[in-house]
Amino acid sequence: MKVLIPGISGVIGRIVARDLLEHGHEVIGIDRRPWEAAPKSVEMHDTDIRKRAAEEVFRRVRPDAVVHLATVTHLVAATEERYRINLGGTRAVFEHARTYGVKQCLFVGRHTYYGAGPDTPLYHSEEDPPMAVTTFPELADLVAADLYATTALWRAPQLTTCVLRMTYTLGPTGHGTLSTFLRGRRVPGVLGFDPLFQYMHEEDAASAIVLALEEGLRGVFNVAGPSPVPLSLLVEAAGRRFVPLPEALLLRLFGRFGLPRLPPGALSHIKYPVVIDDKLFRQATGFAPRVDETQCITEFLEAFPPRA
Amino acid sequence: MSLLYDDEVLERLERLELPFNRLGVDPYGVTKRHLALAFSLTKGLYRNYFGVSVQGAGNVPARGRAMLIGNHSGGVAIDGLMVILSMFWELDPPRLAQGMVEKFLNRVAFASLFSNRTGQFTGLPEHCVRLLEDERLLMVFPEGARGTAKLYRERHSLVNFGTGFLRLALKARAPIVPFAFLGGGEAFPTVWNSQTLGRLVGAPYVPITAYLAPIPLPVSMEVYYGEPLRFPGDGDEDDPVIQAWVDQVKDRIRDMIAEGCRRRGVTPALGDGGGR
Repeated sequence: MKVLIPGISGVIGRIVARDLLEHGHEVIGIDRRPWEAAPKSVEMHDTDIRKRAAEEVFRRVRPDAVVHLATVTHLVAATEERYRINLGGTRAVFEHARTYGVKQCLFVGRHTYYGAGPDTPLYHSEEDPPMAVTTFPELADLVAADLYATTALWRAPQLTTCVLRMTYTLGPTGHGTLSTFLRGRRVPGVLGFDPLFQYMHEEDAASAIVLALEEGLRGVFNVAGPSPVPLSLLVEAAGRRFVPLPEALLLRLFGRFGLPRLPPGALSHIKYPVVIDDKLFRQATGFAPRVDETQCITEFLEAFPPRA
Repeated sequence: MSLLYDDEVLERLERLELPFNRLGVDPYGVTKRHLALAFSLTKGLYRNYFGVSVQGAGNVPARGRAMLIGNHSGGVAIDGLMVILSMFWELDPPRLAQGMVEKFLNRVAFASLFSNRTGQFTGLPEHCVRLLEDERLLMVFPEGARGTAKLYRERHSLVNFGTGFLRLALKARAPIVPFAFLGGGEAFPTVWNSQTLGRLVGAPYVPITAYLAPIPLPVSMEVYYGEPLRFPGDGDEDDPVIQAWVDQVKDRIRDMIAEGCRRRGVTPALGDGGGR
């Protein structure tokens, strides 16, 4: 089938494109970021998904399916810009999909949707509410984009909509929220807390997306890899030093002394776990991650050894 | 750190039937390391300081889902700790009893960490259902904080049981193993519960003992496990039906407390009492 990928130049986008080509599909990409080493068979369009040129791609190409990967986190963009990209972009994707007869639309969201707090259950099912809006306000735009995408399930019944809420990725590319957090020599924690972290290998994340597409999955699904690991163990296995600091001190130290720069809301996500139950997705697709929790860390460590 | 580990504990841990991964972590974040530390540090407490005597441990299923339901005997949840220890030390293979903890604990630094790493999670229905479906052994005190808040003179009484536990047990088709705990009230003779102090530390209350210090006295403790109870329902029954079954569980526990009291030579305080 003809698959259009907004956000193709990101790490996951590139792997998804490669996998789709290998499976004999046709791939068209939309991204402002360049992908120099893109395979020749991939038709690339350097445009913003919210611009008219992007609509022109939909009109001309008439894709069978869209994999929407063009969302960003607080680590990448400032608030206003983020809202424009995440909400405006998602809206554009679904509107064009309806207008130009796309059959299948896949939104790739994040498991942080569920939020982290002292009273939240350890394994979230798809029905759990998006507590992230209160525990981590900087994620509100991603939550809104996720919820907007799910409304397509009843607003556009002719479109096979699938929302995947995926865990962090961890692997040799060092891409993503968790990898960025683990980059430095020292990784901060909150003294007296050690939440579980759930992650999956980039290749597994891409496989899950391709699988959902090929199975024609409809609905909302949590997608996870191996079982979660306590932050302290994860940090030590990644060859870093875990530095638990009192909460009040940590807030002042974000962005200094080699510690990552994080918004205050992020604190709840290094205090309490966000762990999702992916039973439904596994049942629907037969998905099983190929890389286990230890191998993910090893590959990350080899690619990004801690600076001496 | 490893110097703190007790050999007998390590040997029993190897026989604990939990799905630990290569890092020694189970899917809920329970780690061998924390269990080893917890059981090593409390062994003396269980064996010598309190000299906990356990009867009827054979009534607890060797594997598969089950719900331990019992009474709080006052003071702090030291009874919960001793029940967990009794399941680890008296069963073969040992089992990890997983308690349903008061919400405040997960907000407290270190307490949150240690309870989570040893499988003691916040008492949410979601946790209860999930753990039972995963064939775990659950420990529930239906009296909740009202139960730990019993004063010394109320230590053998039972306060109101919630009905939630029974519906969840029925839905998961898990047997209920009733147990009676004696001695917690003597170990922690509370004369007054300070809610003001509680607010300061983020707990519902802080118990004040007759001798002020929050240190338990070395008194003997007893746990009696009764035969598993099963009820012919699926959890969808009306409240009065559920309430009648809850009362049966409660009566069974009350009988076992009375039996224990006779053996200890004290007068049981029957009837509903207790409170703050």
